[in-house]
Amino acid sequence: MAYEVNGESIEHDEEGYLSDINQWTPELAGLLAKDEGIEMTDEHWEVINFLREYYEEYQIAPAIRVLVKALKKKFGPEKGSNKYLYELFPYGPAKQACKVGGLPKPTGCI
Amino acid sequence: MEEEWDEGGPEVVKRFMYVNRKAPYGTVYALEMLEKVLIAAAFEQDVHVVFMDDGVYQLKKEQETKAINMKNFSPTFRALEGYDVEKLYVEKESLEARGLTVDDLVVPVEVLSSEELKGLMDKQEVILTA
Repeated sequence: MAYEVNGESIEHDEEGYLSDINQWTPELAGLLAKDEGIEMTDEHWEVINFLREYYEEYQIAPAIRVLVKALKKKFGPEKGSNKYLYELFPYGPAKQACKVGGLPKPTGCI
Repeated sequence: MEEEWDEGGPEVVKRFMYVNRKAPYGTVYALEMLEKVLIAAAFEQDVHVVFMDDGVYQLKKEQETKAINMKNFSPTFRALEGYDVEKLYVEKESLEARGLTVDDLVVPVEVLSSEELKGLMDKQEVILTA
């Protein structure tokens, strides 16, 4: 299974997560978001970029509780809340945002 | 998991201890154990993580895994604090036998003697070893 972007083929697993996170591009993120029914805004990008930085540092995608806490620390209580994240990514912020960001499914995400 | 717990937190909290005794690479035990720890943390359990025998190598700084084509997962131990997993213990004898000190480790830990560790183990409800 693969996504097609600009004639390039990018492998993914049966749930749509990338096989190789290094193949992610912002352009692919746009395509993945569209598949998820999400219109990307600056606020979406803020979360995606934050997740990618978190992954870069810790080599895992954070559980939602951990993500909320980390966002609160960086951007304040308004953006560090479940409600805010669910407004941006209605079908589960950890799952959807990680998928769009090209990261693996969060550990502990059952 | 999808959502935070409601106000009350999880219904049942148990004292879990995860005992790491194997080197980080060569087998999948160390990585799998770390995943188990993260899952227990996601369920807000009282998590204790022990490193002894070759398991202390899991915390060694500056791991270079390119040549064996494995992901270096030692940075993930630094994420544990964010998961509220702060009870990390290293067995003193294991550390010393390998010529290591706490300065060689990627995260702050509490160093316990074999005897002290035994006491801590007696207080656990669930102990998993790998």
